[in-house]
Amino acid sequence: MKRREFVKNTAITTGLVALGGTGLSSFTGNYTKKITILHTNDVHSHIDPFGPEDGRNANKGGVARRATIIENIKKENPNTLLLDAGDIFQGTPYFNFYGGELEFKLMSMLKYDVATIGNHDFDNGIEGLHAQLPYAGFKFVSANYDFSNTVMDTFVKPYEILIKDGIKIGIFGLGIALEGLVMKELYKETKYLDPIEIAQDITAKLRNEEKCDLVICLSHLGYDYKKEPNKVGDIGLAGATEDIDLIIGGHTHTFLKEPTIVKNRKDKDVLVNQVGCFGLYLGRIDFYFDHQKEKISKASTIAV
Amino acid sequence: MKKIIQKGCFLSVFLLVFFSCKKNNYLQKVEGVRIEINDTIPDNPEIEAFIKPYRAHVNKMLDSALAYAPKSYSKGDGDLNTAIGNLMADIVLEQANPVFKSRTGKTVDMVLLNYGGIRAPISKGAVSARTAYQVMPFENSIIVAEMKGTQIRELIQYLQKAKRAHPISGLQLTLDSNYDVVSALINDKEIDDNISYFVATNDYLYNGGSKMYFFKESVNSHVLNYKIRNAMIDYFKKVDTIKPMIDNRFIQINK
Repeated sequence: MKRREFVKNTAITTGLVALGGTGLSSFTGNYTKKITILHTNDVHSHIDPFGPEDGRNANKGGVARRATIIENIKKENPNTLLLDAGDIFQGTPYFNFYGGELEFKLMSMLKYDVATIGNHDFDNGIEGLHAQLPYAGFKFVSANYDFSNTVMDTFVKPYEILIKDGIKIGIFGLGIALEGLVMKELYKETKYLDPIEIAQDITAKLRNEEKCDLVICLSHLGYDYKKEPNKVGDIGLAGATEDIDLIIGGHTHTFLKEPTIVKNRKDKDVLVNQVGCFGLYLGRIDFYFDHQKEKISKASTIAV
Repeated sequence: MKKIIQKGCFLSVFLLVFFSCKKNNYLQKVEGVRIEINDTIPDNPEIEAFIKPYRAHVNKMLDSALAYAPKSYSKGDGDLNTAIGNLMADIVLEQANPVFKSRTGKTVDMVLLNYGGIRAPISKGAVSARTAYQVMPFENSIIVAEMKGTQIRELIQYLQKAKRAHPISGLQLTLDSNYDVVSALINDKEIDDNISYFVATNDYLYNGGSKMYFFKESVNSHVLNYKIRNAMIDYFKKVDTIKPMIDNRFIQINK
């Protein structure tokens, strides 16, 4: 009885605070907490910006510029995570000369938190990826690549849990089927497991056992495969699962102007986002949290 | 009235902090935007300074002259065979053979690449590693397919139908005005249906790229782990002057 009153009271007062505009800086508008997710995918060793002659990509991209943007956003909201959905490697001579060392070093300087593994990250073989791990000051997640018979064993976890401002964020990774896409002698004994089955297990664990407030999937499955119904992409994954809040995708170099909203199998909204390739764009998703359950009995507002 | 509101505020802040570790967090709203990284955004000076020596080294390595091109060569210059295409196919034959021979004791008989795979011309003057990156920006590697004479005939049918200068080496193909075969020679001999031939190509084409599906029927294949681009760079290092030429390896005669 008392608790119910409190909830009600809080709702009113926070409402008034917003109206009155009193200086309670720890509040984020009407909401108590805000988590910002910044993300890239398929950067493919594009460290320098494109030059003025580079067609539709002219004067776009560049890690040093991305660093400026990220720094500014982190100043505005320290509760920010920086994620990458794979294919960090391959695409410019930087990769051919340094084998991915510079890519990992720069991502570490930009303070990336978590990344998943794309098919091109095997391009120098699984040993080539393993050799660059000392330069990666961030974590790798993959739930459907079984690395246990490879040098990558123990270096990649199915998921990571990060806590920002008391919000528990579970991040798991999914990779694409490697057979026919990457030569076997590069990925060696890496086993590909069914992404939907794995996602269901992991998300149930993250939501129910680990009590995560936010569940994010870093996926290198690709956005959608309309012409290949047996191939699972992010849209299919979102619809076939539950408990995922956000899928950050890659692989298909899909340029989404805004995240796609998909209903999951429990009819709840899932956001799917992907920002093309080559570091031309940075994706930004802001999650607003509150302690009140009243509002949530309705569907969460997703403004994209 | 004002006083009451403020009191309420402070109370709620206190309670929120107090309960924050025990209470659930409920997702209320989500916003998504895409931020373009463009030239209106200044560089982070620390990151830029860190990249600089790597960039200088890469550029120096890419731009140092490895060989000399006496003329400019483009894939548009020629009919069924071009100087630049012949150079590419000949490089693959020359560079792949010692690797293939040391592993299998066999010799590469012919090479087939694709016209579309030549992504830039070679310009007159210094030839560098950057030239190789421009002509061959893809990471494709050399693969040697073991094919029966009957399968080579399918490969030839593909060339007859395509009517374009897909780069070849080791194969001499003469067609008449109807694109029918006048002669098809490997190692100066007519193709024998019962002999196995070793055809070097790249992994993209081997896997059916450019609709070269005939490779799928190959008896066997050998992955050399040797990128086409690296074969080009190794060749440029070896020679002083490149001498690409149009010749009679793939021609049409009026008869």
